[in-house]
Amino acid sequence: MKQENTIMENQLFRPLDLKKKMRPGESVIQALLFIAGLGSIFITLAIVYELGKEAWLFFGNPDVTFAKFFGTTTWQPGIGHFGIWPLVTSTLITSSIAIFVSLPLGLAVALFLSEYASPKARSALKPILEILAGIPTVVYGYFALLFMTPLLQSIFGKQTVEVYNMASAGLVMGIMILPLISSMSEDALSAVPRALREGAYAMGATKFETSVQVVLPAALSGIGAALIIGISRAIGETMIVAIAAGSGPNFTFNPFKAAETMTGHIARISGGDLSYNSIDYTSLFAIALMLFLVTLILNLISQGIINKFRQRYE
Amino acid sequence: MNNINAPDIAIETKNLFIFYGSFAAVSEVNIKIEKQKVTAIIGPSGCGKSTLIRAFNRMNDFVPSSYVTGEILLQGQNLYGKNIDPVEVRRKIGMVFQKPNPFPKSIYENISWGAKINGFKGNMDELVEQSLRGAALWDEVKDKLKKSAYELSGGQQQRLCIARTIAIQPEIILMDEPASALDPISTLRIEELMQELKKNYTIIIVTHNMQQAARVSDYTAMMMLEKDGSRSGTVIEFSETKKIFTNPKDKRTEDYVTGRFG
Repeated sequence: MKQENTIMENQLFRPLDLKKKMRPGESVIQALLFIAGLGSIFITLAIVYELGKEAWLFFGNPDVTFAKFFGTTTWQPGIGHFGIWPLVTSTLITSSIAIFVSLPLGLAVALFLSEYASPKARSALKPILEILAGIPTVVYGYFALLFMTPLLQSIFGKQTVEVYNMASAGLVMGIMILPLISSMSEDALSAVPRALREGAYAMGATKFETSVQVVLPAALSGIGAALIIGISRAIGETMIVAIAAGSGPNFTFNPFKAAETMTGHIARISGGDLSYNSIDYTSLFAIALMLFLVTLILNLISQGIINKFRQRYE
Repeated sequence: MNNINAPDIAIETKNLFIFYGSFAAVSEVNIKIEKQKVTAIIGPSGCGKSTLIRAFNRMNDFVPSSYVTGEILLQGQNLYGKNIDPVEVRRKIGMVFQKPNPFPKSIYENISWGAKINGFKGNMDELVEQSLRGAALWDEVKDKLKKSAYELSGGQQQRLCIARTIAIQPEIILMDEPASALDPISTLRIEELMQELKKNYTIIIVTHNMQQAARVSDYTAMMMLEKDGSRSGTVIEFSETKKIFTNPKDKRTEDYVTGRFG
């Protein structure tokens, strides 16, 4: 009985003590989180440093000038042609085709899944889309070369469509990005509060009017994030373009012609025998830096567009 | 030949049951709601007030497995009849929700959107101004119509929701606890607004707040769970608000309005 009392007293009548307490657990967690954050920043900086260092050597070469790099349209570093544009344009063309395919299609799929599909249809469709996301890109590459290209040739004629061409690589890349865009957009659409839909329905809106004119704008920032990731993915994609888009820089705006992208070029050149310090070797880093820059610029542009159109919701 | 004893009826329910699956959330409701009056639905939590009010504009359609038996008659037409389009029903019977839910658009577009999708062809600027004036919001927002509706305070947002509802000129406005998320001053403004609105519209309001029901409504429907333990709610008493609060017939109503409930 006596002992019980003291326990009670210890628990309930602890003397008032407002002094700072040591909480070692808190500091450990805080330190771990800080290190994790620092680590990712460090890795990014290290990559930029490494790219920059080698690219510096490339631009330090007396034959290479910025005027040539940005002002000419032939890329043959081995024989003194340093115009980056053929690689940039083919990257932009394949990526644009991919986005033109995947954004509308992905949005349509997302709208269907989040607004129209019955739970049953949704649970059948989502795994299929996820399978699409799980296909290795090398398979997509041969799909482009062996299915999409013959298909395009049968539509537009063999004279128009070359065996290796940007269009088929871009289209297949669009299919590859589709599940990414649709699943991210669907998350954004599903996160729109039910109250907003009810508000629209209560105004006498149809399902389509509600989905497209109220729910979609409310989910715009999430859809924008999906678009940005899709663009980055398209620009960075290597295997499909390396297999199907062509293997040689070619300055053309005709999507049915073969033209090598920045990533495809890096993959092909770095696969061969390269001696360090050769101009071919350092040029790869210049291309990589350029790739980094293009991605960054496009991300900033799309971020800007989204911010302009973003309509916040609670 | 208007007979004072036969008032104009805006909407009436006949032997109305509302089910969620096999569970009757609301059973056997027979009420006649008078035109251009405020009718309050009161009662304890979980007695089916919201379910009942959402049946009036077929919002329960969005709850899978919900269905209705009996009739809700608007000008003699059964809202749950065979060839009835719920979209058209909602155009005639507007709704204001518990939490303000303006659209992610500008203040102007919040009003014009509903009119546009309903085929309004007239002068949109005029309609927007009229609706905002009707909701006693015009003076506060006339200089920032292009701004996002989310920049408004909660009370202003709720009045914007009322404005967008009157912009499509419904016959009836349903209000599901429209002031429960608002501070007392905003609540007062909504209540004053309801007195203005009833000159042109029939208003049905669900409220938890009995003082509010007493202040704003002409008629009151008292809802309560059935005594048989079925967890099904029904209207146990429906009459003039004055009577409900001063001289209720049902003992349960008296207990509830005097705070002796439970």
